[in-house]
Amino acid sequence: MVEKLTFTHPLSKYLRVDRLPHIWCEGCGNGIVLNCFIRALDELGANLDELVVVSGIGCIGRIAGYVNVDSFHTTHGRAIAIATGIKLANPRLKVVVISGDGDLFAIGGNHFIHAARRNVNLTVICVNNFNYGMTGGQLGPTTPLDSITTTSPYGNVESPFNLAHLAASSGAVYVARWTAFHIHELTKSIKASLKRRGFTFIEVISPCPELYGRYNKMGRGVDMMNWLKRVSEVRHGCDPAKAEVSSSKIVVGEFVSVDKPTYDQLIYQLMERVKGGSSVEGGG
Amino acid sequence: MKKPTTFKAKLKIVEEFCKGCDYCIEFCPVDALKRSERPNLRGVCPPKLKDEGTCIACGLCERICPDLAICLER
Ligand SMILES: Cc1ncc(C[n+]2csc(CCOP(=O)(O)OP(=O)(O)O)c2C)c(N)n1
Ligand code: SF4
Ligand code: SF4
Ligand code: SF4
Ligand SMILES: [Mg+2]
Repeated sequence: MVEKLTFTHPLSKYLRVDRLPHIWCEGCGNGIVLNCFIRALDELGANLDELVVVSGIGCIGRIAGYVNVDSFHTTHGRAIAIATGIKLANPRLKVVVISGDGDLFAIGGNHFIHAARRNVNLTVICVNNFNYGMTGGQLGPTTPLDSITTTSPYGNVESPFNLAHLAASSGAVYVARWTAFHIHELTKSIKASLKRRGFTFIEVISPCPELYGRYNKMGRGVDMMNWLKRVSEVRHGCDPAKAEVSSSKIVVGEFVSVDKPTYDQLIYQLMERVKGGSSVEGGG
Repeated sequence: MKKPTTFKAKLKIVEEFCKGCDYCIEFCPVDALKRSERPNLRGVCPPKLKDEGTCIACGLCERICPDLAICLER
């Protein structure tokens, strides 16, 4: 029998160490997102008792089981719906959704646009690996044109969503895009979004060397990371509609940062008004 | 310029957690790391310092490692 591996790391307190090592493949960007996320918490000195992480189903969905905070690994596509409920029930909580491109934008696409439209006070981090990793590398709404996947063996003919543009036009108050190579910038954006109120969205373009990378002959993870490094162009404030993601260019940066009243603030104000003065706590 | 010799951090490699992606080795700004010769239980040779003095404790490897297998002890 293999002995249980022991794990000692300066950031152990943010991790459910008994669940490690994680299930993700060699070089999978999901691990980098986990790493940056717990570093952001550490650098912020976040109150772990008031933080909730919600994920959907998919490889990245497993993240909810690795962070040592209250977390929900929900059903496929419903992470935002459940996160919305958590936030409205207890507005003091900081609610973070970390999920996949398929989870958030295929089956969960409607929840995404309407939560952004309502400005639900959530941090949403989408790990975009251009495919459905967990189920074997099928095409999804972010798969680039001409890509080979298990369900597009002759090349994808469907135009992908520009997630940053979709988030911004649906009403997100903060929109950023980074890649798994941009560890410092990503950590900074996670911190910025955790400090803000409103629907904040971070897209992380992330290598899935095992499936998307393999089918598209992109080499190992390290080759995919070198590709991300090579083609990324930082353009803060860029119009998200023009922030392209293609094999020759990925525009990254902080694209949107505006302030608007949040859904929970408005709901609690409304409750207060209707109840006529009896105080209702809310607006976290 | 005189090369600094002491840093307030020591590189620690949790060998059994390494999956061998090579990100730390590839992206270290001073090329301080290489693969070791002894495989871990996965059959992967984790990274090690080429020699003790080269690491500038920049923290890149500990942040880019998807498996949290390398870290600086400050
Ligand atoms: C209701 C429902 N439909 C379909 C599935 C199958 N399924 C599991 S994960 C997944 C997609 C995962 O893709 P993504 O969200 O991009 O995450 P990744 O695995 O790429 O990290 C699908 C379709 C499911 N579990 N439940
Ligand atoms: S299949 Fe892809 S996304 Fe899933 S763990 Fe492996 S590399 Fe990561
Ligand atoms: S801390 Fe920086 S210099 Fe030292 S090994 Fe890691 S990446 Fe290289
Ligand atoms: S980045 Fe981590 S998993 Fe990858 S080779 Fe280095 S120590 Fe191993
Ligand atoms: Mg995916």
